[in-house]
Amino acid sequence: MKADFTRLLELIIAASVINNFVFTRFLGLCIFFGVSKKMETAVGMSITFTAVMMVSASASWFVFNYLMIPLDITFLKIIIFIGIVAALVQASDTIMRKLTPDLYYKLGIYLALISTNCIILAVPLINAGEHYNFLESIAFGFGSGIGFALALIIMASIREKLELADVPAPFKGMPIAFVVTGLIALAFTGFSGLITI
Amino acid sequence: MAHQDNISYKELILNGIVKENTIFKLALSLCPAIAVTSSLRNGFLMGVAVMFVQVMVNMTISLMRSFIHPRIRLPIFMLVISGWVTITDMSMAAFAPDAYKQMGLYIQLIVAFASILARAEMFASKNNIMPSMFDGLGMGIGFMFALTVISFFRELLGKGALWGVSILNAKPLLIMVLPAGGFFAVGILMALFNWINSLYSSTTTSHH
Repeated sequence: MKADFTRLLELIIAASVINNFVFTRFLGLCIFFGVSKKMETAVGMSITFTAVMMVSASASWFVFNYLMIPLDITFLKIIIFIGIVAALVQASDTIMRKLTPDLYYKLGIYLALISTNCIILAVPLINAGEHYNFLESIAFGFGSGIGFALALIIMASIREKLELADVPAPFKGMPIAFVVTGLIALAFTGFSGLITI
Repeated sequence: MAHQDNISYKELILNGIVKENTIFKLALSLCPAIAVTSSLRNGFLMGVAVMFVQVMVNMTISLMRSFIHPRIRLPIFMLVISGWVTITDMSMAAFAPDAYKQMGLYIQLIVAFASILARAEMFASKNNIMPSMFDGLGMGIGFMFALTVISFFRELLGKGALWGVSILNAKPLLIMVLPAGGFFAVGILMALFNWINSLYSSTTTSHH
């Protein structure tokens, strides 16, 4: 397998800013709006996310190429990928509880929610759909994680200020968060066409 | 929750559409609400797909509820959901290939919907098959209603068309079909929903 580093770099940039998961593919919005209220949780969440995403991308690549294609059961990919992701999340949950217990208690319920999170599931599904090779799959997972981290951190820094702002009553909470996200998404459209793959 | 057998079916459906509307009230399962709503047809099809999965999952779980050990209920629920999503995914690819090309990924990701798992856990695993079916129907209609409204405004303003047929002879607001427009549309509709709700609840309390 010959690695083409230019292509890998392009994939990372494309996955993180051009096709940013939150702003152009609209995935992971529940988590995005859920944990972006505080900077600290946002940072912790994005690190966990990137790590889980890269590991799940590589694990599901092996399963997809060496098990599902030879056995001709690619139609079961939704069921199998969700199993892989759930197992990995359970593992990262245990590891985090042992290594960083205080962070674990802060992220609380959201870590458990990762397993049914669309972003984490979308990465293996897109990798399988686009027939990426092993390194490309990992690059895609990494780029997506960085993109999600970028989105979460930008949003968290805005929302810490937004809490103090005087918004019209019906817009309080979620609606104003949506409008703000729309504005950031508008800024991100500026990246479109930067690289064409 | 276990005493909900005496609640009428009409109330169950209304609960899903108004009181616990997945998108406008609970702000769950938002991803497809923005991703596929740039045209009315896609928004409606997505709504139908979600409604189908929700109703079938609720019915299956409700039928199986006495056989499922509480310890392993969540993995079993996930299995049931992903089974029905696979069925929906394949039927969609066979019967509506054009739409599937644009929204295939989002159909597959119905499996990760918090709202479907939540209804299975909170309602279907504790109730009989008929109430579960109507609960699923209510949640599904609520979701479909939200998606249809969002995509109605986005396609009308963004392309000057409805269901692919151009009806407005004006220069469209391109921003509405862009990703950013999706966020604006959902934000503004959510605020509107809140506002109507607050008006409604203040008038009913004043009558008491």
